[in-house]
Amino acid sequence: MNMELSDTLQSLVDDLSENYSDQLIDVYQSSGDTFIRVQPDAIVEICRFLKDEHHFIYLSDILGADRFTSEERFEVIYNIVSLRDRERVFLKVWIEEKDPTVDSITDVWQSASWHERQVYDMFGVRFNNHPDLRRIYMPEDFDYYPLRKEFPLLGIPGSIELPSSTPDTE
Amino acid sequence: MDTKHIKNDVDPKFLKKHQESLYDALEDKHTTVEILDDDDPLNTKMVLNMGPQHPATHGVLRLILQLNGELIEKAKLDIGYLHRGIEKIAENKTYQEFMPYTDRTDYLSPYSNNVALCTAVEKIANVEVPERAHYIRMIGCELARISSHLLWLGTMVQDTGAVSFFLWTFREREKIYDIFDYIGGHRFTISHARIGGVANDLTDDALAMIKDFINDFPQELKDFHGLLDRNRIFFDRNRGVGVLPTERALEIGATGPTLRGSGYAYDIRDFEPYARYDEVDFEIPTRLEGDNLARYYVRMEEMHESIRIIRQCLDKLPKGPVRTDNAKQAYPSKDEVYYSMEGMIHDFMMTDTGICPPEGSESFHCIEAPKGELGYFIQSDGTGHPWRLGIKSPSYANLQALEDMLDGEMVADTVIMIGGVDPVMGDSDK
Repeated sequence: MNMELSDTLQSLVDDLSENYSDQLIDVYQSSGDTFIRVQPDAIVEICRFLKDEHHFIYLSDILGADRFTSEERFEVIYNIVSLRDRERVFLKVWIEEKDPTVDSITDVWQSASWHERQVYDMFGVRFNNHPDLRRIYMPEDFDYYPLRKEFPLLGIPGSIELPSSTPDTE
Repeated sequence: MDTKHIKNDVDPKFLKKHQESLYDALEDKHTTVEILDDDDPLNTKMVLNMGPQHPATHGVLRLILQLNGELIEKAKLDIGYLHRGIEKIAENKTYQEFMPYTDRTDYLSPYSNNVALCTAVEKIANVEVPERAHYIRMIGCELARISSHLLWLGTMVQDTGAVSFFLWTFREREKIYDIFDYIGGHRFTISHARIGGVANDLTDDALAMIKDFINDFPQELKDFHGLLDRNRIFFDRNRGVGVLPTERALEIGATGPTLRGSGYAYDIRDFEPYARYDEVDFEIPTRLEGDNLARYYVRMEEMHESIRIIRQCLDKLPKGPVRTDNAKQAYPSKDEVYYSMEGMIHDFMMTDTGICPPEGSESFHCIEAPKGELGYFIQSDGTGHPWRLGIKSPSYANLQALEDMLDGEMVADTVIMIGGVDPVMGDSDK
């Protein structure tokens, strides 16, 4: 693998492979960003490790992605920032299509709450131990997950209740 | 009213399941429910629904506040009323086709959004941008920042009670709209940046207007300061309201002026410099108090710094092309399209297929938009359409901080706190 990691990132990767050699799956770079893929069941542990030992105190964002037709279909990407070392790292987990669940990291960074709700709303990935896992954009009555690849661009007719366009007659 | 069973009392009729789960969440927001709730002889507890159609919530933001007298005990935000599925749309458009949609996310600073998307695509597709284009983008971004902060200033001061102020800040915004009209031909949703550069060079008229503006605006800003800084009403209504300590702000993921008002100088222009921000000189205004007044000072000083940046950009503005000359990466100029066969073919190819980043590549690029860290995450499958385009929107992060901030505040300060955080629902709802 051909990588140009900065010193701080190199020490982070070394530290991770020393302590979590079984859970670490892949480290790669794409367009200058560093991605670290780990086992889904170790995500909370590794997040806590990075926060406590490597000063990644700021969680910028959590994104979902649909790797449609791949074996492990869903992907959750954690965008974390070390304010001290001025580094940005992306943690990744791949999740099975059937009953997609992963542990919530709200215990590590509280700001994960809304981001995880967004991933749940858009992809249907459920987060264990999340304090308030509700949909955030779509109403609870909505039965589909819009950013999944099989959801049609034009939406599903009749899937959402719309207010009556004629005024109430009283 | 027995607030432990709110949903039994309110009995929502429209989108029943959604409303009920929202009231459920309000009931168990904190795990410990006070026993005291059962006994409320004075009937001081109520649940107040604010929005989504409320003039003071700056868009379609809905707040559900559980009040004890005038005190907010718990607050929940309900967003998504402006959700248009921008990320889904992006997956079905070429990168350049998608750009006008970014104008409509954070619709108060369209120029920053265009630049954010273009820089992200340039990063993943390895497009070189000419020097002059970088400086033009910086000028545009800083003008957008001033414009966005002026709207915030007008509405926030209006929320505290001074109505005429709104008109004065809008007079200044009008000048920025006129400048944008001369820069790119649109007043509001400007779409001036292009992948690989900008659409067209600044005309002499536009340059003269920008120079006029940066000469006149500092005096206006001084007048705004003069009106507000020692204004008793404004001061008392903002000081100590919505305090967000530094650790809390980082923990809850606040960004932009909200984070800087809480004492952490996190600014992408300095943290991961893009365009040519590493070649200009500017300060990052930061305050330690973390209240609404601190956010006011941060934004006011940011406008000063923006003027400084624009002035330096105008001094340094290099000569040269404004868009990369590689027809595989950017649209050819209209002269080429109309008068040469190759130009026309390239134009067609760019519109039809667009720019294709390498298969399997992914990248994230963020800029400092007026509201905070605005990032675009792109995964490419090698075609002209992104496989996944994720937007990290600053208003979304700040609204989460607002939900946290509202607990324990007075209900009369709610509107000012919304104003202080300055959310744009188009941005947070995508």
